[in-house]
Amino acid sequence: MSERVELLLSLADDELILGWRNSEWTGIAPFLEEDVAFSSIAQNEIGHARALYELAAAELGTTADELAFDRAPEEYRSAPLVELRRLEWARTIARHWLYETADEIRLGALKDSDDDAIAGLAAKMDREETYHRIHADMWVDRLLAAPEGRERLNEAVDELWPYALGVLDAELRPALRAKVEERLGRALPEVEAVPRGVHEAELAALWEEMTTVRRSAPAGARW
Amino acid sequence: MLEARAPEESAASESSALPEAGSAGREAPRGQGAIFEVFRQERKGQPFQHAGSVTAPDERFAEIYAREQYGRRQESVALWLIPRGAVTVVAEFPDEFEMKYRRVDGYSIKARLHEARERAGTLELAPGAAGGE
Repeated sequence: MSERVELLLSLADDELILGWRNSEWTGIAPFLEEDVAFSSIAQNEIGHARALYELAAAELGTTADELAFDRAPEEYRSAPLVELRRLEWARTIARHWLYETADEIRLGALKDSDDDAIAGLAAKMDREETYHRIHADMWVDRLLAAPEGRERLNEAVDELWPYALGVLDAELRPALRAKVEERLGRALPEVEAVPRGVHEAELAALWEEMTTVRRSAPAGARW
Repeated sequence: MLEARAPEESAASESSALPEAGSAGREAPRGQGAIFEVFRQERKGQPFQHAGSVTAPDERFAEIYAREQYGRRQESVALWLIPRGAVTVVAEFPDEFEMKYRRVDGYSIKARLHEARERAGTLELAPGAAGGE
């Protein structure tokens, strides 16, 4: 597998799994408008995953669906941050914000890629991610504005911080640390990043659910 | 002739036309909800039409919520968000004397207007006329 395909699959798997995780709030988010918005953001991430899988599939001579659904759970290249199942709103928002902040740094680097297809897709994704960042940022502003929110956000960030670092390659991590520390107005602990490749236990259950239709109708389900 | 207004009735109670906050079911974050009326434009040049409303803690949230709720399927090219408090409600239309002759149903004025415009020499200014509007 080429380095290019590995990169594309890392990005695509992040977006697919996070999209799936965020969609678990559909119908049960704290209030109706947030429900619609968060579900829509989840759908966007899955759309980005599809575009990334298609690029990888073109190189591998396969299809986006096969890459998304026909690999074994251990073959996914997602960062553990997106695999965690934390059905609690403060953690969901903390993860969302940490991921979007990391993703902005990653997309910024990819937009300068020598690979035109990757640079072009990164720029296209970034135009949609802008709205995800606005959404995440205004939640963070709101949480930081009140003692209870501040405490819950900080607690969630502390738990997720080693995972957030693991989204990025080592050379991009200092930029993430700088952004998050500046926003929270405090130093974050020096910790080891939780790397890609070792999966969280929760991924297996997500995979079971996500691939159910595909496995029951391998030739393709018709809707 | 102008109709006299009934002063007591013209101050229509807002509640009759606009539902209270929270009536849409789940509530906005504790005590932080404001209602924004959303108008959407389907295509450039078309009028903005009322689409519904969003409850949001502030204008930034309202913008994101309205964007996702009324624009994510490319069904709008622009939205207007109006805080509900900025809406003036007009809801009472007394018709004590049933002045039906003011309704124009079943009465074609097209031909009469055309004649009147011809007499006045303003045909080219009529809506839809070449060079008009």
